[in-house]
Amino acid sequence: MVRTLKFLFGSRASDKIVPPRGNSAWLTFSAAAAMAFIAVFALALALAVDRVADRWSLELAQTATVRIVAPMDEIDMQTEAALKALRTTPGIASAEVLNDEAQAALLAPWLGEDLPIDTLPLPKLIEVVVLGDGPDVENLKLRLAAEAPGARFDDHSKWRQPLRSAANQLRLMALVSLMLVAGTTAIIVTLAANASLAASASIIKTLRLIGATDGYIARAFVRRITFRTLAGAIVGAALAMLVMFPYPTLQGSGEILANLTFVGLHWVLPVSIPVLAAITAFVATQVAATRHLRRAA
Amino acid sequence: MISLTNAAFGYGSTPIIRDVTQELPAGSFHFLTGPSGAGKTTFLKMCYLALRPQQGTIEIFGQDVTQMTRDQVSNMRRKIGVVHQDCQFLDHLSVQENIALPLKVSGRDIDENMDNLGDLLNWVGMSHRIDAMPDQLSGGERQRLALARAVIMSPDMIVADEPTGNVDWEMAERLLTLLIELNKMGKTILLATHDLSLIRAAKGRVSAKVLRLKNGDLQLAGAGL
Repeated sequence: MVRTLKFLFGSRASDKIVPPRGNSAWLTFSAAAAMAFIAVFALALALAVDRVADRWSLELAQTATVRIVAPMDEIDMQTEAALKALRTTPGIASAEVLNDEAQAALLAPWLGEDLPIDTLPLPKLIEVVVLGDGPDVENLKLRLAAEAPGARFDDHSKWRQPLRSAANQLRLMALVSLMLVAGTTAIIVTLAANASLAASASIIKTLRLIGATDGYIARAFVRRITFRTLAGAIVGAALAMLVMFPYPTLQGSGEILANLTFVGLHWVLPVSIPVLAAITAFVATQVAATRHLRRAA
Repeated sequence: MISLTNAAFGYGSTPIIRDVTQELPAGSFHFLTGPSGAGKTTFLKMCYLALRPQQGTIEIFGQDVTQMTRDQVSNMRRKIGVVHQDCQFLDHLSVQENIALPLKVSGRDIDENMDNLGDLLNWVGMSHRIDAMPDQLSGGERQRLALARAVIMSPDMIVADEPTGNVDWEMAERLLTLLIELNKMGKTILLATHDLSLIRAAKGRVSAKVLRLKNGDLQLAGAGL
């Protein structure tokens, strides 16, 4: 293991051959910090979307609505019949008629607060809470059609599908953001490595003169740039976590922004960002250094 | 030690070294002279493997270098100490760290070689400057630093390209003395210079031969010193 690590990173002694300072050093450090900061937010967004999508899906899956549309003189009778049918159907936990106040509250955003609801020919609404996988919808619809012809069962499936699609798209966007951050980090580190190697032409020449192999020289640069990236990414990720730590979470809220933080064990995930940044830097610098040294031979 | 057979090198269509066949035996001392632009540096670069001949072969320590891999070339260079007129150092490292650099590169333990390092610093007269940085050194000190770095690995051969070009006569003589001492320890020395007074100063102190490079041809000048 130690030998493998030595092969990958070179010895600590080889670290000193690369100048500790320079424009590319600052560029690598600050770019890694900025990218890690953004990556932590992208990760938080991905997790928030995941949580909210799950909640939306769960909430809609657990409820259904029955709407009774019937002539005014039949509506109470059909509501009673529908309630009876619902309460005796397996897979339904409860079925309650929405009272006038609740119905008025639902319509208030469109029709205003002072709605004279008793003067309007509104359908009756029954709120249904389902158990487990819910009832056999086809059978229930047939039963309702027979016992309460004005009853319309809505299991929210037409609402769930677009929400699921939207949540999946948001998840994909968050994932793409993370990949873009990783790609941008690789590009910046490669540019910084090339700048560092170009600025160190005389050092490389001197090292070759005294018998340093290309592998030795490459490892020295890879080690230096990888640790600079790691240090920058630790600072960036730590700052992002500090910013997010006091962020007020509204547990149970369906708002993505209200969930834009880490919960419980998810706080461990941002710790992996600096490690991933260091791995990205290691690979990018190794490729850049090998190419540069081959060209400069 | 070094054996060139019909070795040739040129830049573009301009030949610099033409069909050179020459032996530099182990333990020998050779001066390489010639006018500026004659190809002295190119010849030396072939001898310390910075350039490969475009024609012919070069054998160093019995190995044909024209077929070597890059890593084999790097390992071979550790057996050859090189001193330039314009020595390059790692400016962020101290004198001591620069001298120890070849040890570090070859993976040797510097702590185990501290005695050698101390002796070497005394030998080149730099023991009082171990913590100085390269940009704080005079021209003569830089040349002595380069010589110390060139011999820290106890190489079998020293190749010096105009090492006295940037120093006064007193320092030039001192560097020559150091090279003669190395030769007496059995090291092979190849010293390029256009300064004939340096060659004259070596007369009677070392058994050296003078090679003259002119128009791409290498000739043995005179019967030696």
